[in-house]
Amino acid sequence: MTTMTETHSATPAPPPAAAQRSGPRYKVTGLRVLRSEWSKLWTLRSTWITLGLGLVFLIAFGVIAAWQYESGGGPDGSGPNGDLSNGTALSLSLFGISLAQMAFGVLGVLVTAGEYSTGMIRSTLAAVPRRLPVLWSKSAVFGLVAFALGAIGAFIAFPIANELVSGTAAELSLSDSGVVRGLLGAGLYLGLIAVIGTALGALFRSVAGGIAVLVGTLMLVPGLTSLLPNSWQDDVSKYLPSNAGESMYSLTHDAASLSPTAGLLVLLGWTALALAGAAYRLVRKDA
Amino acid sequence: MIEVQQLTKRYGEKTAVDRLDFVVRPGTVTGFLGPNGAGKSTTMRMIVGLDAPTSGSVKVNGKRYAQHSAPLQEIGALLEARSIHPGRSAFDHLMVQAHTHGIPRRRVEEVIELTGLQAVARKRAGAFSLGMGQRLGIAAALLGDPATVMLDEPVNGLDPDGVLWIRNLLTGLAEEGRTVFVSSHLMSEMALVADHLIIVGRGRLLADTTVRELVRMHGGDAVTVASDQPARLREILSGPGVEISGEVGSEHLHVTGLSARAIGLKAAEHGIALFELSSRTVSLEQAFMELTHDAVEYHGAGTVDTSGRAA
Repeated sequence: MTTMTETHSATPAPPPAAAQRSGPRYKVTGLRVLRSEWSKLWTLRSTWITLGLGLVFLIAFGVIAAWQYESGGGPDGSGPNGDLSNGTALSLSLFGISLAQMAFGVLGVLVTAGEYSTGMIRSTLAAVPRRLPVLWSKSAVFGLVAFALGAIGAFIAFPIANELVSGTAAELSLSDSGVVRGLLGAGLYLGLIAVIGTALGALFRSVAGGIAVLVGTLMLVPGLTSLLPNSWQDDVSKYLPSNAGESMYSLTHDAASLSPTAGLLVLLGWTALALAGAAYRLVRKDA
Repeated sequence: MIEVQQLTKRYGEKTAVDRLDFVVRPGTVTGFLGPNGAGKSTTMRMIVGLDAPTSGSVKVNGKRYAQHSAPLQEIGALLEARSIHPGRSAFDHLMVQAHTHGIPRRRVEEVIELTGLQAVARKRAGAFSLGMGQRLGIAAALLGDPATVMLDEPVNGLDPDGVLWIRNLLTGLAEEGRTVFVSSHLMSEMALVADHLIIVGRGRLLADTTVRELVRMHGGDAVTVASDQPARLREILSGPGVEISGEVGSEHLHVTGLSARAIGLKAAEHGIALFELSSRTVSLEQAFMELTHDAVEYHGAGTVDTSGRAA
């Protein structure tokens, strides 16, 4: 500041208007908004806790499922673990995905709706009044983090689960067809659920509302399809976000499920829809 | 520089801001005054683009706020409601905003020092007292070294030290050539810092004036004089620009337009003995109350205004 004043004093006396103040020129750019959202994510304790929980759910329940299979839930067992009896090392190791998706989805809701409930959104939008870059950055940052953690969790859970079920019908190898695709698919599924959560939070501007819709969509709606006429059930239910996602990470596919690619495309469609709703509300409604 | 033109904001039936027109100029402190619910906060939210006007326009330094490439450098705002995530530390709160503009860490440390938050900068903002929260909000407002500083009720919740600090800060910012726009519902507070006043009530502009002009408009300085010949004194004093009032049978007269000194001299000239001669300055508070009397949303007495909406 001092040096600036000195250079000025060489020229004729500057007018007092604020416009003449000489300082660094700042500028908002897309990358800088990303940088800001990245540090917003990691400077809250809730992020570390929720992501940690998600990762623990994913790995621990995969390992527990494999251990249960091995100790009697397997094809020969007639115990209470019938669910697991048709399992493979892949499906067993991803057993925890339904809980992990809740952790990541809920954190996604918090990333956006949390700003409304605390008032932080006013600071955020004052800094980036064009608004949309905030939504894209939040979705990108948190979606990528959730994808990375989901994939890491899946790749940790699989070898452990596979070791536990070695020698049974469930045993697979990482080189078996569809295994790597399934594990990556699990990460991708969790990443997209995280983005959907982020969009729902921005759409409803309420933590409770966002979480309710997220849980309803992922856990309740699939069950409700059983109320539909039988002939419709398969046609409708395979397009639901959770079922489309499941086809991304499951090893086998039948008439009632989509192919992995189709599943990904359908889930991308749901994500785009949620983001479009969020973008519309963000731009159109007073903060 | 803030230019507001025919600015209007309606929430359903209720008109919060009604065709406001005013300009806030650089180099002085402009006070934005009005009773609670007068539309001050709504106007300020529209200035920084948080709320969209129903009609009319508002420009900051010549452009709509959102059109600036570095908004925080154009206008730094402290809004009435808290705009801080309680889980983030003060330093992190400022840093995440600095990131969006490429503002260096050095500047973040500067505003922390300027607002006296060094000792608590690493603590979670949720644990802050009202006063510290205000300081953090002001630190955020100054972050971009903005040409215009806009503060909504900045002295709310501050202790006397803090109030004094804000006053000095505001006058200092104006002396540096910045535009300073401060809202308050307390005239007494504004009178101490503001040169220019924009007064609103029920969303309408009531006055766009200076502190001195406001006093003059509301009767200026009046003189109370008592003598045993009030009728004769009245005759002597009357003239152009002079207003005299008094009750029949009372020894007291109220005179405006003449100084106490002039009245005393004239009375002596005509041999009239005076028992009392005192000048009375109209308080700004009184002028403000008169101006906004009809516009106050929530009167203390009796009647309940059912059309009222929480501010």
